[in-house]
Amino acid sequence: MTALLSVRGLKRHYPVRRPGGLFGRPATLKAVDGLDFDIPAGRTLGLVGESGCGKSTTARLVLGLVPPSAGEVRFDGGLVTAKHDAAWRRQRRRMQMVYQDPLGALDRRMPVAEQIGEPIAIHEPGLPAAERAERVAELMAQVGLGASMAQRYPHELSGGQRQRVVIARALALDPALLVCDEPVSALDVSIQAQVLNLLDDLRARTGFAALFISHDLKVVRQMSDRVAVMYLGRIVEEGAPEEVFHAPLHPYTQALVSAIPVPGRRRERIVLEGDPPNPVDVPAGCPFHPRCPVATARCTREVPRLERDAGRAVACHLVTAPAAHAAE
Amino acid sequence: MTTIPDDSGSVFTAKNRAAAFFQSWPPGILLALAWLAMCALLVAFAPHVAPYDYLAMDLRARLTPPVFFGGDWAHPLGTDELGRDVLSRLITSVRISLVIAFLSTLIAATLGVSLGFLAAWFRGRVEQVVLMLIDAQAAMPFMIIALAMLAFLGNSLPLLVILMGFYGWERIARIARGLAIAASEQGYATAVRDLGATPWRIYGRHILPNIASTLIVSMTLNFPEVILLESGLSFLGLGVQPPMTSLGNMVGYGRDYIQSAPWIMLAPAAAIVLTTLSISMIGDWLRDRFDPTLR
Repeated sequence: MTALLSVRGLKRHYPVRRPGGLFGRPATLKAVDGLDFDIPAGRTLGLVGESGCGKSTTARLVLGLVPPSAGEVRFDGGLVTAKHDAAWRRQRRRMQMVYQDPLGALDRRMPVAEQIGEPIAIHEPGLPAAERAERVAELMAQVGLGASMAQRYPHELSGGQRQRVVIARALALDPALLVCDEPVSALDVSIQAQVLNLLDDLRARTGFAALFISHDLKVVRQMSDRVAVMYLGRIVEEGAPEEVFHAPLHPYTQALVSAIPVPGRRRERIVLEGDPPNPVDVPAGCPFHPRCPVATARCTREVPRLERDAGRAVACHLVTAPAAHAAE
Repeated sequence: MTTIPDDSGSVFTAKNRAAAFFQSWPPGILLALAWLAMCALLVAFAPHVAPYDYLAMDLRARLTPPVFFGGDWAHPLGTDELGRDVLSRLITSVRISLVIAFLSTLIAATLGVSLGFLAAWFRGRVEQVVLMLIDAQAAMPFMIIALAMLAFLGNSLPLLVILMGFYGWERIARIARGLAIAASEQGYATAVRDLGATPWRIYGRHILPNIASTLIVSMTLNFPEVILLESGLSFLGLGVQPPMTSLGNMVGYGRDYIQSAPWIMLAPAAAIVLTTLSISMIGDWLRDRFDPTLR
């Protein structure tokens, strides 16, 4: 089965200067540092990780909004570039984004119905206005917005309603891939559930594939067919959500999972020590080793590769070659 | 505590209707609007409103003072040294001056916004050129340029309007560029760009409405300055040429009689002050009105 979206060796580095003004030494911020993943049509990949680990950069790379420093993104066989040419514009019809901050992603001076219809106006300029209005009404009904909302402005809607508008706009052209960048992190918990259920329903109905980015493990578990855990621009573990969350292999995933509060049961919580990660100063060897409770000498020297085995992938010397460690 | 609540039981107190009205339409703004509405009517219907033709001379009634100052109702604002009715001339002058100011401000705004947006969209080399033009324009005193242009190219009304159109564009361009750059980094603009929208759509339908309030305010600041500039040029004899008349032209030729017949100069001067003041006030008020989040 060929994947709808396939990402190979994707890197995005930013030149930065270390603190010190004009005299600061130049350095490289490795926001995304070698990603490989596939999303088959109609499936959802969840991407988890802490702030600053490159999740949002991955979203923008996948959609071709920023050019990669190395590697490639293929969507339905075609290369995704960040050149805003005709091919790029055609790809917009099939891949769309749901933003983290719905108020920021909407124009304050335009009624929401007009904004929902905008992708249609951009990509099907020949369509009569009446038909466009009909499709907008359909979309609004699909995402659970009443017809009375059509002429409202974004600041007159609640957070959940705004995110519904953003989702309706993203679905206006019936895309094959939806990239959701923290779609619920700006919402109240009760609204989060509504929006997540809505996304789930819509996916069941229209069958789009999704890249679902979040720092919230519960949310990712609910939404994804597969989960990838990111740390400092790399994937450290990948697998089915039940496997990853019930039997995490990588020490970082173990720490993340142990931080999920479980009612009624006291559980040993792994508290990570050491400095929080700085993508400008990625440690040599395994990027996680300074905070890893079980790191060995080998971890400080060699970068572990992401080893795949039976639908599960993990990048840790201790998991992939425990024998070698025992011998050392 | 046994205060009896009022009948409605509402926790809100009804605002006095008149107070509510004056809160959203302050009296000063109403006066300014009334004055501008009157000016607009004069612009539209000047020849029908004016009691005399603005060139008609009545040599027997030269230098008649205004009514209440020894004059009569035949010439409410008096007459000038050739016996021309000051009121009729004032009405015609308001028409000419406002039309010049309006068209020129429109030209300046169009030029400024277009160049500002070009700079914001292309950045790089294009932006450098635009910024250089802005700096060049800002570095030269406009009055000198205007005098030189009028001296070389002669004088006609269309030329004067175009020349005035170059007044103030650099400020509008600078504001438009800065706001457009800031706005294009905002979520709504990037979202629309991510949808694959053309620059026309991004700038015309999204960024322009979002920054329009600031641009309109800077236009209303430009408008009175154009009136004053035109008055200055006419005062120097390089603006509107007689027999045509404008507010500055009237002030300029009236200064010879400032001691014996001050009304010739005072009437147009008062019109200039009132008009520029009204527009500045309304510009300030519009800025607040245009922001939907402040409503």
